[in-house]
Amino acid sequence: MASKVLQKPKSFYDIYERNPGTDKKMPHYCPGCGHGNVHKFIAEALDDFEITDKTILISPVGCSVFAYYYFDTGNIQAAHGRAPAVATGIKRAYPESIVISYQGDGDLAAIGTAEILHAANRGENLTVFFINNAIYGMTGGQMAPTTLVGQRTTTTPTGRNSRNEGFPIKVAELISQLHAPVYVERVALFDNKHRARARMAVRKALKNQVENLGFSLVEILSACPSGWKMDPVDSLHWIRDVMLPQFPLGVYKDVTKEVEPYPIDHFNPTAKETKELLEINTEKGDKKLTRVTPRPGFENPEIKVAGFGGQGVLLLGAALAQAGLLEDYHVSWLPSYGPEMRGGTANCHVNIRDIEIGSPMVSNPTVLIALNRPSLEKFEEDVVKDGLIIYDTSLIDIDVKRKDVKILAIPATEIADKLGNTRTANMVTLAAYAAYTGLFSKEVLYETLKSAIKRKRLQEINRKAIDEGYEFGLKNH
Amino acid sequence: MSKLLIKGNDALIRGAVLAGCRFYFGYPITPASEIAESAAKFMPRVGGTFLQAESEVAAINMVYGAAGGGVRVMTASSSPGISLKQEGVSYAAGAELPCLIVDIMRGGPGLGNIAPEQSDYNQVVKGGGHGNYKCPVLAPNSGQEMADMTGLAFDLAEKYRTPVYILADGFTGQMMEPVEFGDPLGALPRKDWAIYGDKESKHNLISSIFLNAEDLEEHNIKLQKKYATIEDNEVRVEEFMIDDAEYVLIGYGIISRILKTVVEKLRDDGLKFGLLRPKTLFPFPKKIIDNLSTRVKKFLVVEMSNGQMVEDVRLVVLGRSPVEFYGRMGGVVPSTNEIYEYTKSIIE
Repeated sequence: MASKVLQKPKSFYDIYERNPGTDKKMPHYCPGCGHGNVHKFIAEALDDFEITDKTILISPVGCSVFAYYYFDTGNIQAAHGRAPAVATGIKRAYPESIVISYQGDGDLAAIGTAEILHAANRGENLTVFFINNAIYGMTGGQMAPTTLVGQRTTTTPTGRNSRNEGFPIKVAELISQLHAPVYVERVALFDNKHRARARMAVRKALKNQVENLGFSLVEILSACPSGWKMDPVDSLHWIRDVMLPQFPLGVYKDVTKEVEPYPIDHFNPTAKETKELLEINTEKGDKKLTRVTPRPGFENPEIKVAGFGGQGVLLLGAALAQAGLLEDYHVSWLPSYGPEMRGGTANCHVNIRDIEIGSPMVSNPTVLIALNRPSLEKFEEDVVKDGLIIYDTSLIDIDVKRKDVKILAIPATEIADKLGNTRTANMVTLAAYAAYTGLFSKEVLYETLKSAIKRKRLQEINRKAIDEGYEFGLKNH
Repeated sequence: MSKLLIKGNDALIRGAVLAGCRFYFGYPITPASEIAESAAKFMPRVGGTFLQAESEVAAINMVYGAAGGGVRVMTASSSPGISLKQEGVSYAAGAELPCLIVDIMRGGPGLGNIAPEQSDYNQVVKGGGHGNYKCPVLAPNSGQEMADMTGLAFDLAEKYRTPVYILADGFTGQMMEPVEFGDPLGALPRKDWAIYGDKESKHNLISSIFLNAEDLEEHNIKLQKKYATIEDNEVRVEEFMIDDAEYVLIGYGIISRILKTVVEKLRDDGLKFGLLRPKTLFPFPKKIIDNLSTRVKKFLVVEMSNGQMVEDVRLVVLGRSPVEFYGRMGGVVPSTNEIYEYTKSIIE
């Protein structure tokens, strides 16, 4: 029995090979430092719960940056303050592992405030050990977010002034206010009784994770004799007499008896399932349709579609591209981009081409489809000579000025209204263009509708719109 | 197999899933949010994780954590978000963690705007964070490449144990083009350096600390050797009508598509123009440009920036041929005609 008590926990390496120093048996911590106690409590708990092999310790920036010298577990060293985010990443990858985020006060309560708050708020199934020694130890004794008012540090040489530096952050109180955490306690390391209490808290916080209960945090008031410039014994008194009144001990939150364990499910779809879930299993889907030959002068169109937002401008363009794809053309569709998108007008660029498409941008369209007056006015001049302008005469009360282009004037909105749905004007226009140029057969347009119009109940009316538009296009050629 | 007409941003995520990526950590930002939205839709469906992090900084550190576990993991953002992620990328480069970072560039500096720019070349191609590191950078210019380059990115990331970037722009992300998908990758082989939360892997350490100067120098030398190997083996370009070209246009991403049309037009005029498109920005196609500079009359580099890649071209050409630059900034995308006219103005 006695030998067991004296034995070093198995979760520690026997010899600290990773320490580049000469003494591979001694830890790098200063005499009287609290990290040694906490490391030992953790290692003992890992031994007792038999979880050493599946534990991954995230070491922070601070004196405990070298925690990986000691723990015979998986070890990841994190950037300053980011340990809870790093812990989140690896825990999500291996939910059955035990992940510990070990952090000091500068790391957790200053530079890493966002990370700890949000990991806690998400209820990540992690265990956080927060060493509060009210100072930056590693960097040589600067002010920490938990430094007490009046406490002298190298960056508060006359003592922390609350008007300049604010007040110490009370982490246990803060985290316990969130909904998700299951266990938050503050303990202190200054006498055997309180060390025993701290040891129990460390064990409980780890046990919670073993049982998949959720987020646990233990704040540990801990001595930093070097940083405080005190001897180790005085340091213990300072915790008891000065820190304790500011950082009251106790369980701030414990709902471990009330919560349900986290379910861990593993879903590993087969290759076939994966493709179905990604909606790319198209082998059974689209059929290639016979390409019809467009009328001379209408091959390889570079199209600009423009109108008000809400007129289905982008959809009209996408349907053109989809129809092109069904006939095995090279196609591209590019929406108007930037602030224009939110300004009420919309336009898109569509290329349908026999060979590979270079620029997807259409600056000088061979076809302009204008669904409102500003679009006609804005883009009319850009159309190439002998190009085609299609415009909705129901909404545009001016004529095309250009004399060197072909014009298809169509009362698309009026036709759509007669069908009973004004929003089908875009499909009326699309079909008129297809028929007028001979670019697409009606069959291809029907097929296009299947993917362009997601709502089944709108299929029928859009088919009618295509019929009407197609007829108009043929008649007016 | 038939093709799907989908946006580049959407193709990218589906391609990543097929390449075995099951973890996405990100923060919303225009114009990259569609990647996050697509990941939010598809990752959980296939048993993966999508997590909207509290910040760009947290997101890249979540990537760092998961990458330490040897899984295929990614994040995506846009220029200001990439600036924020740089610390984490430096840590991942230092700890030699494979992961994918996608940057859909927007206009800067500062808040700038959400229109497409190529002004992140320096911060992405040259390392960007602190320390002596570089990341392989892939520059897609089509929906198909947005899908395919995810697989290449993860392969390179794992082969060389490094973060890899996909550097694209709002156009390539927003554009819909036909995209063809292959079959999903099977189970990944176990990595001997990663931490799986088990007995076999527990002695592994993910860290970028080397306390002694000599040790850190040794680590840096190892990294530089790795980058040299990448330069030797992983250059990828697209060449268009370059064999007999007297003038060579150089551009990447969406600009290269515009330049292709320009070259077609110039060839119609009987002018011997060609296009060189770097598909990898690091490694940069130094040897190819070096060879070209012994015979071409002039280079013209076009970027949507103040001229960042052009510096790398000039470093290779070393004055043997003139290197002209044409750039637009602020989110202005040059038109085919504009570049065509400029190009004609610089020929001798």
